[in-house]
Amino acid sequence: MSLLGSLFQRSFRHGVHPEGHKEATVDLPIQRVPFVQRYVMPMGQHIGVPAKAVVKVGQALRRGQMIAEAGGFMSTALHSPVTGKVVGIGPYRHQDGSFKPAIEIEADPYATQRIEPQPPKDWEAMTMPEFVAEVQQAGIVGMGGAAFPAHVKYSIPDTQHIDDVLVNGAECEPYLTNDHRLMMERPAALIRGTEILLRKLGAKRAIIGVEDNKPDAIEILRRHLGSRSNISVVTLPMKYPQGAEKMLIRAVYDREVPAGQLPRDLGILVNNVGTVVAIADWFDTGMPLIERVVTVSGPGAAYPANLIVPLGTPVREVLRFCGGLKDETREVVMGGPMMGAPTASLDVPVLKGTSGILAFTEAETRTGTEYPCIRCGRCLEACPYFLNPSRFARLARARLFDEMKGFHLMDCVECGSCTFACPSNIPIVQLIRTAKNNLRSRPNEK
Amino acid sequence: MKSNDPHLRLLPAPLLRQGMTTPSAMRDVILALLPAVIAGTWFFGLKALLVLAASIAGAMAVEWAFTPIEKRRNAIGDNSALLTGLLLGMTLPPALPLWMAFVGGMTAIGLGKVIWGGLGTNLFNPALLGRAFLLGTFPIAMTTWSAPGVGFFDLPSSLLALPFQSPVYDAVAAATPLGLMKFEQKGSDFLNLLIGNTGGSLGETSGLLLILGGLYLWWRRDLDWRIPVAIALAAVIFSSALYLADSAKYPGPLFTLFSGGFLLGAIYMATDPVTSPLTPRGAWIFGLGAGLLVVLIRVFGGFPEGMMYAILLMNAATPLIDRYTQPRVFGRGGETK
Repeated sequence: MSLLGSLFQRSFRHGVHPEGHKEATVDLPIQRVPFVQRYVMPMGQHIGVPAKAVVKVGQALRRGQMIAEAGGFMSTALHSPVTGKVVGIGPYRHQDGSFKPAIEIEADPYATQRIEPQPPKDWEAMTMPEFVAEVQQAGIVGMGGAAFPAHVKYSIPDTQHIDDVLVNGAECEPYLTNDHRLMMERPAALIRGTEILLRKLGAKRAIIGVEDNKPDAIEILRRHLGSRSNISVVTLPMKYPQGAEKMLIRAVYDREVPAGQLPRDLGILVNNVGTVVAIADWFDTGMPLIERVVTVSGPGAAYPANLIVPLGTPVREVLRFCGGLKDETREVVMGGPMMGAPTASLDVPVLKGTSGILAFTEAETRTGTEYPCIRCGRCLEACPYFLNPSRFARLARARLFDEMKGFHLMDCVECGSCTFACPSNIPIVQLIRTAKNNLRSRPNEK
Repeated sequence: MKSNDPHLRLLPAPLLRQGMTTPSAMRDVILALLPAVIAGTWFFGLKALLVLAASIAGAMAVEWAFTPIEKRRNAIGDNSALLTGLLLGMTLPPALPLWMAFVGGMTAIGLGKVIWGGLGTNLFNPALLGRAFLLGTFPIAMTTWSAPGVGFFDLPSSLLALPFQSPVYDAVAAATPLGLMKFEQKGSDFLNLLIGNTGGSLGETSGLLLILGGLYLWWRRDLDWRIPVAIALAAVIFSSALYLADSAKYPGPLFTLFSGGFLLGAIYMATDPVTSPLTPRGAWIFGLGAGLLVVLIRVFGGFPEGMMYAILLMNAATPLIDRYTQPRVFGRGGETK
């Protein structure tokens, strides 16, 4: 089976092979970070419209109580990560450097912080709109990093039907092991959540796609699945960016999602393993999304770890729990090293989309000498979308943004494979982002 | 309140890079060429090394002089002028007057690269452009070959000819295998072609070592294997067809592959990333075209050797090839753009 499997391994075309660097945390069980004094919950932790606060300053809160309701359909609720009280509502430092509206909560040092388990919800009796509203109430978003509100994916128009549920356990970003550990430690919840989605969406079958660098997770999942025939695990060869939705679909089903369309147009729903576990938690125990698994790693982290972190915990407190930063740390990235974002301050909170907190040293963050493009074509062979990154970089330098649009600039998902592959050290994906932002910020254009 | 936080940088992702850089790729090519250079020195003596040095010096001098001061460090450090000088030198006759080699190096970088806007912007392979210039300007000196195997320290008087003086050749000129084939319909011993013990340009003769260097580059992933393979494929098919039609008149495929500058050109010059197509499909078209042209020029043209013009002609076609071979964008049916 494994020999046959390796001969016919399925994957997408192009992409790159960064080193995994996962060995530091891959065998460390998930630990719980103790409660700290102060939490900050930004209203906009997800893609779309920010949530609206429903609490007042001074109000006492239970852990798991809703503190902000969805601000629209493309929005989702927020819940208090601790028992305590609201001490401020206003602008707080966000990880992108700006100040964004947020709720500051002070934990009650004498509270037990225990949530009484709720009876399982009767999700089978719910209509689809009720189910979607429940997921929105629970504040569940895509946990892979983009933080796209999950309920939006479940609101399928009447003209469409989901046949396949694809659970994304690829975790192709180097250093991160949070999904890996989740699959190892909570396989039952993962399968339960998959089952709920399968039944509610009326899908025929589900596939959990896992990269072959996690054989232990694959084995545990297969053991838990037993003789179940509607859910199966598919092993994928290690490659970046396999965890990108459309690439995963290409790898598993050998189908291309047409540009400008969504996976649901092909009858496929893709969810990250963290999202699926959050679904199971909400419907089985009534636990909303108030904490998540975060990998702390990188050469600058004193003691790398996989942690359950209450949302809103300042990055500083998370790092303090695992021994702080080494002196040689030069940069702290929220998310993975390929697509994550650097943070300028350690006082920003962990958000729903924070999959990792990675500390990097001089070796990774030196700005190497940039050489002229020698047209070697490595970026073309890296781009999973078959775009021409070298041309984008050249056009962006000349500020010919409209021309770039003609070459399908907006199809780029900014995975950074081109920049990883470039021998001349050209900041290709950064130039592409500049171009996209410029085009988006123009008036009367989208 | 004093913060003990490290001073955090905000370098945007991706933070990881694969290991290879442009200077290291150039260095790999130079390393791959060294065995053939040593073989050339062995067969043609010290004069080969002097010609190489003159050509490299010319290339570096122009690169240095025409690069803005603040960019000099990088421009010299990226090894590209060194490589161009070396490649040009390897295509020159061993007894070429040194000043001509120097001028050739200057032209290669000056007209072949700097004038276009520096590394990465030129249309034609700089080393071949330099050689084409020399062949047009000094046709006699560029086609006077010396036989291999003379004394190592013998320096012919032509080598040290003063600039702008017609050189006097004191050694008896030897014909190259291609010249013998073209003008006398005589073949050459295959073993000598393989190891390089024939007349010819100082770095092009040792087929075996050039192939070994090419394998090294392929192993280091510095080389687009499609281009040499396509060139060889087209040349073998075309020359086999001719050979089968009239084996007395036309050379066979093996001779085609191992004579003249075929391997040096196919492995090290046609694969210059700057002047070859970006796309894999483009690389096949480029290679097949060059392979076809080289046989066409050698057999039906006026020159015994056609590698240089074959590559230069395909260089000119590269922007066009690139334009029509862009891959289909993911999720976009038949559109190509």
